[in-house]
Amino acid sequence: MDVEVSPAFTEPLPRARSVRLGNWLQRALPKLVLSPTVAATLVFVYGFIAWTAYLSFTRSKGYPIHELVGWLQYDRVWHHPRWEVAMHNLAVFGVLYVVLCMAIGLLLAILLDQRIRQEGTLRAIYLYPLALSFIVTGTAWKWMLNPGLGIEKLVHSWGFENFRFDWIVNEDMAIYTVVIAGVWQASGFVMAMFLAGLRGIDQEMLKAASIDCASLPKIYWHVIIPQLRPIFLSSMVILVHLAIKSYELVVALTGGGPGYATELPSTFMYLHTFPRNQLGMGAASAVMMLLTVAAIMIPYLYSEMRAGRRAASH
Amino acid sequence: MAQQWDTPQPLRGKRFAPIVIYGLLGFFALIYLLPLVVMLLTSFKPLPEIYAGNIIALPKEWTIAPWVDAWGTACVGLSCHGIKGYFWNSTKMTVLAVLISTAIGMLNGYVLTKWRFKGANVLFGLILFGCFIPFQIVLIPMAHFLGKMGIASTTAGLVFVHVVYGLCFTTLYFRNYYMAFPDELIKAAMIDGARFFDIFFRVLLPNSLPIIVVTVIWQFTNIWNDFLFGASFSTGESAPMTVALNNVVNTSTGERPYNVHMAAAMIAALPTLLVYIVGGRYFVRGLMAGSVKG
Repeated sequence: MDVEVSPAFTEPLPRARSVRLGNWLQRALPKLVLSPTVAATLVFVYGFIAWTAYLSFTRSKGYPIHELVGWLQYDRVWHHPRWEVAMHNLAVFGVLYVVLCMAIGLLLAILLDQRIRQEGTLRAIYLYPLALSFIVTGTAWKWMLNPGLGIEKLVHSWGFENFRFDWIVNEDMAIYTVVIAGVWQASGFVMAMFLAGLRGIDQEMLKAASIDCASLPKIYWHVIIPQLRPIFLSSMVILVHLAIKSYELVVALTGGGPGYATELPSTFMYLHTFPRNQLGMGAASAVMMLLTVAAIMIPYLYSEMRAGRRAASH
Repeated sequence: MAQQWDTPQPLRGKRFAPIVIYGLLGFFALIYLLPLVVMLLTSFKPLPEIYAGNIIALPKEWTIAPWVDAWGTACVGLSCHGIKGYFWNSTKMTVLAVLISTAIGMLNGYVLTKWRFKGANVLFGLILFGCFIPFQIVLIPMAHFLGKMGIASTTAGLVFVHVVYGLCFTTLYFRNYYMAFPDELIKAAMIDGARFFDIFFRVLLPNSLPIIVVTVIWQFTNIWNDFLFGASFSTGESAPMTVALNNVVNTSTGERPYNVHMAAAMIAALPTLLVYIVGGRYFVRGLMAGSVKG
């Protein structure tokens, strides 16, 4: 559906020269308008990616050094004990974050879809954490998880004196506090996605299913949930890529600690790039993060855009 | 997808037990509200009460002193002038970056849908990918670039960064919205002799209010809440609110004033919460449009 410039603009007029210039300008205008964004994307996204990739193959420390060292920086990152912890944490956090967000999101969406009162209010409650900064979320949960004064003390005051909830200062459990805060913040988003999906389900099919007298859980399991497949895919892709990028929440909640028990690739990258002046290692870890995200996002965006074009051409 | 959001449809005849439905919904609502309630309660309590009581106890003696402290005298690192300066940093930065990125995204969306040229789709794909990169990949070059330009550690520098990396989202939103705008109206305007900007200002812009609201809310929330760029590209007094909040919480001088921390967190949260309360519907639409295209 290319829109051509209407012939009215190209008719020769007496003041031919300036008109021709004007015509050229009119025709080039759309591209001119788009060009700053294209240029900015080429330089600040792709150019900078290339720059970082280049740095990851150099000996750079506090400032860029143009001496190529092959895979050395990658080697150093891979054999760094902090990176090992970061990868392990990313696996634990990533899996739990995605699974719990989807499970809670789907459950809430199904419950909200039962012709209930106060649906709007409840939706607003489940979604407001998304409006908050991760730093605010982290600060709030850090306070609630404070072993001496937070939830632990609350449960003590209810009479359960032996209750212990010190995950945030416990090396083995601290990563799960990041999961709690992360799921609290993002599950509402999944709920919104599933709810929109539920509202778009083919009503005829549901009528048929309920006439067949299948029980409600069965209808959900066999008829409704299978129809939400595209939403499972979308929300999973978004959540996985958010998990890989997670940074602020850890900074505010645990600061990567205790020790470096809650290190993630993002905090590893920041630590080595800025405080530790190891640009080469920072760059190498950033490249690995990018590749992981790209491996997930590029196929997804490609299929989404193709689906969009198919829909548009119908 | 977003349009179906507001049309509840009864689930034909069969129902789960209401007690189960409302029980679960209520339980989850309490959990979601708990951190906000705890933050608010803590921020209105005097410090001794915090140490004596529990996190959900109502303040016996309500006080706004923590809020006043957080705003005006709390210590952010070594300087003890509260968070007000950082709040204004964030305000300036956010307003400028939102306006600029939205205006450019609007024009981009217009070009990409109504003046399509060969390769436009590929360009859009290239721009779109920029939304999803982990920003760690651009931190080092950007730090050097801002230094070279002489805008390192300035609000101008942060505005620039947020505009550059916000463009993909604003372009995406307007492109998807204008996609559905009838081409016939554009063609009719062309036959009347309207040119590129005439069409934009007289035909498209007056019909763009909903998507402008969606985009502004999305950008406002993202930019106000950003921490990574703020922490990487600002120092001391030029830091945005989120960085200052993190510093307030991690500044330890003697007894930790948890009530001041919570007040500071509430102040940092208020602008986006307010936007959410006023424009929740549009907030959700932005959220969905950011993940579901087509």
